[in-house]
Amino acid sequence: MTKEERLKKRHRAEKRFRFYGLTSIFVALLFVVILVQNIFSKGSSAFKKTVITTEVFFDQELLEIQNGASQEEIMEADFYDIMIENLIKAYPAKDRDEEDELLKLFSGDAEIEIKKAFLNDNNLIGKTITLDLTASDDIDQLHKGNYPRDLPEERRRISDFQLVIYDYFVENKKISKNFNNYFFNNGDSRDPELAGIGGALVGSFYSILICLLLAFPVAVLASIYLEEFAPKNKITDFIEININNLAAVPSIVYGLLALQILLATIQLPRSTPLVAGITLALMTLPRIIIPCRASLKAVPPSIREGALAVGASKFQSVFHHVVPLALPGTLSGTIIGLAQALGETAPLILIGMVAFVVDIPSSPVDPSSSLPVQVYLWSESAERGFVEKTSATIMMLLSFLIVMNFIAVYLRQKFEKRWN
Amino acid sequence: MNRLVKILLGFLLVLSFTTTSYARDQIKIVGSSTVYPYATVVAEKFGKGGKFKTPVIESTGTGGGMKLFCAGVGANHPDITNASRAIKTKEKALCEKNGVAEIIEIVVGNDGISFAHSVNAPDADFTKEQLWRALAAKVDVDGKLVENPYKKWSDIDSSLPGKKIEILIAPPTSGTRDAWNSLVMGKGCSKTAKSLYDAAGKKAKKECAKMREDGYAVEAGENDTLIVQKLSSNPDAFGFFGYSYLVANKDKIKASSINGVQPSLEGIQDYSYPIARPLFFYVKKAHIGVIPGIQEYMKEFTSKKSMGSRGYLAEIGLVPLAADKYKVTRTAAVDLNTIKIK
Repeated sequence: MTKEERLKKRHRAEKRFRFYGLTSIFVALLFVVILVQNIFSKGSSAFKKTVITTEVFFDQELLEIQNGASQEEIMEADFYDIMIENLIKAYPAKDRDEEDELLKLFSGDAEIEIKKAFLNDNNLIGKTITLDLTASDDIDQLHKGNYPRDLPEERRRISDFQLVIYDYFVENKKISKNFNNYFFNNGDSRDPELAGIGGALVGSFYSILICLLLAFPVAVLASIYLEEFAPKNKITDFIEININNLAAVPSIVYGLLALQILLATIQLPRSTPLVAGITLALMTLPRIIIPCRASLKAVPPSIREGALAVGASKFQSVFHHVVPLALPGTLSGTIIGLAQALGETAPLILIGMVAFVVDIPSSPVDPSSSLPVQVYLWSESAERGFVEKTSATIMMLLSFLIVMNFIAVYLRQKFEKRWN
Repeated sequence: MNRLVKILLGFLLVLSFTTTSYARDQIKIVGSSTVYPYATVVAEKFGKGGKFKTPVIESTGTGGGMKLFCAGVGANHPDITNASRAIKTKEKALCEKNGVAEIIEIVVGNDGISFAHSVNAPDADFTKEQLWRALAAKVDVDGKLVENPYKKWSDIDSSLPGKKIEILIAPPTSGTRDAWNSLVMGKGCSKTAKSLYDAAGKKAKKECAKMREDGYAVEAGENDTLIVQKLSSNPDAFGFFGYSYLVANKDKIKASSINGVQPSLEGIQDYSYPIARPLFFYVKKAHIGVIPGIQEYMKEFTSKKSMGSRGYLAEIGLVPLAADKYKVTRTAAVDLNTIKIK
């Protein structure tokens, strides 16, 4: 083989390698695109809800309260008759059966929605207002085009007559899509049209907050001590190896630990963000310590020596000079650790977070679910409307993760000093 | 350093304080994933009534729920456990050991298991024995137990279609699988096989329920929605799950008949459809009056407007109890009749 041939061969090898590299990046990107596209195409419709524009007349005869009634009186009052009488006027139904089918097109909360409108303006008796009432999830899915209508009737959840009403609504422009406030404000529900991630959001927030409060100080102190003060001997080596091992322990193991210690021994309340936060803190602790130590290590020795040279104590040199310089890396490591904790489901299953919780938690000791758990729960539900809700929750979770990672990158790039 | 120790001690103090002062004003329910969809609907309606907080319901499976339920009395233990089968003697003993002496049993309604496939496939009809032969790990051929040799349905019975056997099965942890094992694998097991197991000194019930692992029966995970998706894309595949999934997905899947009977509301109620079972929940009597709302929740669950034939649970697939059984269950809920646990 001549020199030229060998050179060519080496160039070919390089070209091949570049090609392999590009292909693998392309394949990875392709998967991301497919995943995101799949989630977005399924989930984006969940941010809108179908509403039926209905005229509501507040008939004094059907109400037990007068104009100007107090909040409590209105809350106590029954709006059932008002709801029925007004909803059946939405379409000229002929008999009782047809009225029943008509009523099923509205959500289970129609009465509460009418009551809320009355609460906002309690001088409505004798007046007629136009309200956008949430539609049932069957109509919602039909209107969004997620449910086929060209099937024989016995295979559909919506009857032929209900389709006639639906077409009537569409023709008279009584049906439209509004922003889905329920998706953000409500807790879980068995009616897909009323289900929301409000409770899961609050639950995740409390869990991550507790996780941060516990894990951050412990991790920072531990890494400062190990990096700056601890003598280098077999014991610290052993600790270091174990921290690395702990970071790789499957998260479900921490769930088991929490089940035994936090729930069985200390008897903390089950299914609460308090327990979730402590569990996630245990899990993220080693994952924060490792980047913290790395960023402390990245501070050049000259800084320490300079401080010591002008008479600072060891403590002063570390806390006045080294730690502030290492802070950006420490913070971004913490944020990435928390982002991992936010998306964690496995340990939460064991501590009872996978539960049906309707009420939005008001403190960390109230039962609650969390965002990834909500995804898991809804993906198992039989109702069609939960498919889009599942994907929409994944979208919310992904966007939180992206924002957190973005903050981490920003902190690092903005404040980190480069030593060269 | 002194201050740090003080802070730590304070933290521990607060922690122990929160645990001891922790009293619950919200019902806690655990148990079967089959009862979960019904219990959650009742809980939500109950919560919307406004007098009590909405109960928290965890889906742990029947066995897991019993374990938690029988662990003891007190705010840290659940008040109610849902079950897709009656409580076992072993579980009763566990309850008794831990001081859970009085338990109220409520029969919720009936659940039918449908053996379903894609709507695009031709209609099908099986007997329980045919289903057992398609699924069992070992079957009897010419008076001997052998590894399941059947590859096509027509190998089992020439009247069945000549298609490859392909069945998506629920994992062993699910209540549906439990029920399938006792209702189909146990009852469909051939007499020859049973006597052969008996002769070999093995438990026939357990051996008959073992499923083949040669690729003809595929474990599909707890996610029933996923099974529906797989069935609708593959017209040759079969799967089994609760009646409510059939109702919710009738545009995609249909049920095959068992012994010539299609699953239906009436058929499951009087058990003339062969794969049907009752569902339960169990209440800890000691918690009534301590945790607010338990009795009201029981009344809501057993009311006509939820459990009745036109109730809201019937709408989502629960098959209501026959009139005489309903009376027994309603009386138990109102009068708090306990069951014997010894």
